[in-house]
Amino acid sequence: MKSSQSKERFLSAFERFQKGFAASPDWLRDLRRAGIACFDELGFPTTRDEEWRFTNVEPIVSTSFESANGAGKILRPEDLYSRSFIDSAYNRIVFVNGIFCPEHSSVRGLPSNVRVENLSAALTTDDGVIEPYLSRDTRYRQEAFVALNTAFTEEGAFVLVPRGVVVTEPIYLVFASYGNGFPVMSHPRNLVICEAGSQARIVESYVGFGEQPYLTNVVTKVVGEEGAIIDYYRVQREASKGYHVGALSARMSRNCSFTAHSVTLSGSLIRNDIHALLDGEGATCVLNGLYLLDGKQHVDNHTEIDHAKPRATSQELYKGILSGTSHAVFNGKILVQKDAQKSDARQTNKNLLLSENAVVNTKPQLEIHADDVKCSHGSTIGQLDTDALFYLRSRGLDAADAQSLLSYAFASDLVGRMRIAPLRARLDDYLLTSFRRSQS
Amino acid sequence: MDSFREGISMLQIKNLRAKIGGQEILRGIDLSIRAGEVHAIMGPNGSGKSTLAHVLSGRESYEVTGGEILYEGKNLLAMTPEERAREGMFLAFQYPVEIPGVSTTYFLKAALNAVRKHRGLEELDAMEFLSLIKERMKLVEMEQSLLNRPLNEGFSGGEKKRNEILQMAVLNPKLAVLDETDSGLDIDALRIVAGGVNALRQKDRAMIVITHYQRLLNYIVPDFIHVLYDGRIVKSGSKELALELEVKGYDWIKDEVAAVQ
Repeated sequence: MKSSQSKERFLSAFERFQKGFAASPDWLRDLRRAGIACFDELGFPTTRDEEWRFTNVEPIVSTSFESANGAGKILRPEDLYSRSFIDSAYNRIVFVNGIFCPEHSSVRGLPSNVRVENLSAALTTDDGVIEPYLSRDTRYRQEAFVALNTAFTEEGAFVLVPRGVVVTEPIYLVFASYGNGFPVMSHPRNLVICEAGSQARIVESYVGFGEQPYLTNVVTKVVGEEGAIIDYYRVQREASKGYHVGALSARMSRNCSFTAHSVTLSGSLIRNDIHALLDGEGATCVLNGLYLLDGKQHVDNHTEIDHAKPRATSQELYKGILSGTSHAVFNGKILVQKDAQKSDARQTNKNLLLSENAVVNTKPQLEIHADDVKCSHGSTIGQLDTDALFYLRSRGLDAADAQSLLSYAFASDLVGRMRIAPLRARLDDYLLTSFRRSQS
Repeated sequence: MDSFREGISMLQIKNLRAKIGGQEILRGIDLSIRAGEVHAIMGPNGSGKSTLAHVLSGRESYEVTGGEILYEGKNLLAMTPEERAREGMFLAFQYPVEIPGVSTTYFLKAALNAVRKHRGLEELDAMEFLSLIKERMKLVEMEQSLLNRPLNEGFSGGEKKRNEILQMAVLNPKLAVLDETDSGLDIDALRIVAGGVNALRQKDRAMIVITHYQRLLNYIVPDFIHVLYDGRIVKSGSKELALELEVKGYDWIKDEVAAVQ
């Protein structure tokens, strides 16, 4: 299918969506219209576009996605829980095919002044709080998928942690998708605001079910005010025909600390953009990433860390394990602006290839306009260490188990950095068994 | 198990030849080892000691070009490294490999259960394994904290070698090959490692102790000593041979070999 036909479909979907606008505030209606206009102008990216050089979105362009109409098939809680690594005691807000599901959600364990709710509900009561963040700072003018998300902005998670509040229990934002007789698309829009001196652990979990294609096109905006400490997780366990395009942008004020753990376990075609803006002196940003690919999977991680103010620190470690004919892309940009003296930025990307037909494209990009900075970057693509394999086999492990264990070992330091113990344990378990499974 | 043939060799190496990278290192080794015996293999650098250890354990980079090895009557060279381990062979590495991200406990439990499964024994659960390993750690005076650290990563030379002997004590092999287990050890560490090895000597287990120095053999006293030179065993004898080598070095052996040729 031609890109233009596909674009038309989205434009007419917007026309239908627009009929339900009446309840929305004016600024939001304008924002959505600006979003669709930008999408119309930009069109879907192609591999001629430098930022999409290695990622062909043709499978998305050529599928007739529709928004879900109502709740549809009800997911069994146990399926939802096990696939998203949660249980019924967790604080969670759940969306199925982009639609808020109160029956799966519960945030009773949180302090009463912490808000976790559906964005569309928050918009009816507090659009003044939300407006400045939704309409600024996102790249809908440059990015077609962000523009599309902006056009369809309606539901998603709204999290507000007030000044000085420390939330010890993790907050789970769960997005489940399944084809509902037709290919479903959703455009979740999340907004997380951590006010000055607050602390929170937030997990975005994306899970897919079934054999039908679906598209999750998410935009998350995280705001860390002065001194906030944010531990952010994104775990993608999409279905075999799940397409996921996600943009996470985080703005950190002075002395704010933002740590993101991005874990991609499955999915057909996945594109993750992270844009971290260190917008205050002494801010800290840590980006950890882990991607596991097999079969024909395609995962593209684009990160950009923008040092806008002095004395900020960023550390980035992304690791990938690839088998089959999978394809991973890593593009890590570090931008140090003119006044951002004493910036300290480190970036590493390591890839482990378990098959001869897997492909990795890795590209660090440093753009430094200040003269008193520490910046380093490095990337590696390698195979399993034959000495280590032999050592394990000489103790009785068969070749497949030895390979599994070493693959696990390669990934385990990233899992070890996670601070939510139950999630860490579930991921550990998943990694060990999935490596074994992929051998058999 | 069949009463394994008193007096019949557990391991028989016949005219073994092997090369690496096109260069022939082993040029016709003959050796026969029975259960309960400890054989020391000594020799100058480059004589082929470590190559022999690697060929025994199934390292693929070494190419066997002639001869055969029978282990309990079976063709050892046809077995994969893991089959050899499961059949009761153990190699204590000269340079144990560091494996970040895998704890010693996890690794050793997986290895033991692979071996047990092969032998038709029930796999041990976490509790059973822990009590076994705690007991065996006493043999090598190892601290329990090492168990949860990544395998060999950041271990001192002595800790690595002790970890090798611990693995041997847990896996309970029939035939153990110790490749330069003394290298890099100070006298205290050597004493501990040798003590562990001696505690594991028993009449149904054979050992091959490969070393450059006689020093180790003061602590692990062998039944037989073989001198490997230029890819062949050129001299065999009792433990006194080690003392002679200690006093006279290897040159007289080289001279003897040269005189014969």
